[in-house]
Amino acid sequence: MKWSIDILVVGAGPAGIAAAVTAAEAGQHVGLVDDNPVPGGQIWRSGAPLPVTARRWQARLDASSVVRLEGWRVFDCPEPNVVRAERNGFKPAHPDAGIDENRDCAELRCRALILATGARERFLPFPGWTLPNVMGAGGLDAMVRGGLPIAGKRAVIAGTGPLLLAVAAHLAARQAKVEVVCEQAPLSRLARFAAGMLTEPAKLWQGARYRITTRHTPYRTGCWPIAAHGRDRLEAVTLQQGRNRWEVPCDYLGCGFHLVPNIELPDLLGCRIEDGFVATDALLQTSVPGVYCAGEPTGIGGVELSLLEGQIAALAASGNVDRARSLARQRRRRLGFVRALQQACALDPQLRELPQEDTVVCRCEDVRHRELHEHATWRQAKLHTRCGMGPCQGRVCGAAAEFLFGWHAGSVRPPLFPASVSSLVSPREPALADESLVAANAFHENAKETP
Amino acid sequence: MSEVARSISLTVNGTIIRVAPGTTIAAAVLLAGEATRASVGGEPRGPLCGMGICFECRVTIDGVPHQRSCQMLCIPGIRVTTREVTEDSGGPATP
Ligand SMILES: Cc1cc2nc3c(=O)[nH]c(=O)nc-3n(C[C@H](O)[C@H](O)[C@H](O)COP(=O)(O)OP(=O)(O)OC[C@H]3O[C@@H](n4cnc5c(N)ncnc54)[C@H](O)[C@@H]3O)c2cc1C
Ligand code: FES
Repeated sequence: MKWSIDILVVGAGPAGIAAAVTAAEAGQHVGLVDDNPVPGGQIWRSGAPLPVTARRWQARLDASSVVRLEGWRVFDCPEPNVVRAERNGFKPAHPDAGIDENRDCAELRCRALILATGARERFLPFPGWTLPNVMGAGGLDAMVRGGLPIAGKRAVIAGTGPLLLAVAAHLAARQAKVEVVCEQAPLSRLARFAAGMLTEPAKLWQGARYRITTRHTPYRTGCWPIAAHGRDRLEAVTLQQGRNRWEVPCDYLGCGFHLVPNIELPDLLGCRIEDGFVATDALLQTSVPGVYCAGEPTGIGGVELSLLEGQIAALAASGNVDRARSLARQRRRRLGFVRALQQACALDPQLRELPQEDTVVCRCEDVRHRELHEHATWRQAKLHTRCGMGPCQGRVCGAAAEFLFGWHAGSVRPPLFPASVSSLVSPREPALADESLVAANAFHENAKETP
Repeated sequence: MSEVARSISLTVNGTIIRVAPGTTIAAAVLLAGEATRASVGGEPRGPLCGMGICFECRVTIDGVPHQRSCQMLCIPGIRVTTREVTEDSGGPATP
């Protein structure tokens, strides 16, 4: 049984939702795949009151004919119109079943593909960063939205970018005691950025508003954590600002150094990448015909830009070129902001001194800094130390190594995420016929349920 | 969070934990005060990214190992165990 659709959207953040809804409203048969249990991406996670814009888009999604695969992760794209995905997780009914029986795999075919895979945080290693309760800033926010009680807990938020303020504001609103927000960028650079921001159509990340909500929290610039301390979990963090160093006792440290785009899927498809981002034409088609890219993989510009890009890609992919062009003009006006943000978040070279000889850099394989710096390239380091060869496949240590050593990760290979053996056998081979059928049926059932 | 809202119960390393619907398994493990996994060198680890990227939140759910708990919601009655030291840290197919 073959299951095919007109347009398949990967990623159900703001960009992917806007793309799927726009394409479905233009009469296309649309599928939307995301590895989270609910749509919304990084910013519109459940567990926090959603802004009006989010509720409107969610309502349009619910009312649309979009077929949703929630909790499915794309791990391979053998051709630009063929996507392989695996269902996350387990079936609780069979506690003793082997892992393979607990997975579903689907091969989805489409006419056009829209990649809206978002971004992840950049993490930098420092002594103690592997202690439990040291997380990304967005990571901590995600845990709180996912039900971690934070009221009365002491949190330090650190790293770089407007995300820090957004997270601090959210935690403060939940009665956390946010001890301090540490921004690595110097005040002079932030002031320049903020001045430029006033001319922007939308005040991204609404920094000013967040600043007001967190006014009891010191906001320190040119400041970062140099060590986290604790026995089995975090107990305190040492901060540094200029020549000053001091220790702050805390329960959680949320530390992330801005965002890096998730470009593995477009990279695998052979889409041209420029300066770490996916290159597209004005209507967001990548260098591979029929493959579009929207949202953060094309540049980090916040939720409104992601929404705009989702709509442009969907209109272009469904043949509404005139409407796509007029939105593309709006997009162009925002691109200056994307560049300004990237510059404002540029990392202080002193952060390269953060890891000590015995600091773990690759968390999957416990590879330490001293084992890495003797190597000349990422590839060489990988071969000799297994750095980047664990399940995260270098998504965490790769971005760190790029900054610390100037290494560039090599080309990506499937599977993009560890997948079960059964998923890796080509679903076109007869042995797997049953499994693909199950998945296709699940997909179909889903379609019937959607009004 | 009121006790009434905590309508789902599950076990984490044998201890009963009650959570509200919509709670991720990673949050439940943190709530139980447990680390999620033991690293290759035996260090306790907890969730880092909260978005399915880092694989630090892997736990065993109803006997199935290597589950990314940050992208899964709690279901009544599941049994979660943590800190399995595994030789094969990546599941079956890490390239
Ligand atoms: C905690 C937090 C707070 C933020 N607050 C703000 C804010 O206040 N204002 C603002 O403008 N921006 C904010 N941002 C930035 C925010 O990420 C973006 O504005 C917005 O979410 C980008 O939308 P997107 O659709 O491009 O990507 P995302 O929201 O990242 O969505 C991408 C989706 O694709 C999924 N995905 C990726 N790869 C795969 C795969 N292979 N298979 C299946 N699914 C996949 C991801 O899991 C994710 O759900 C925040 C970010 C974070 C982390
Ligand atoms: S916390 Fe990173 S994958 Fe779950």
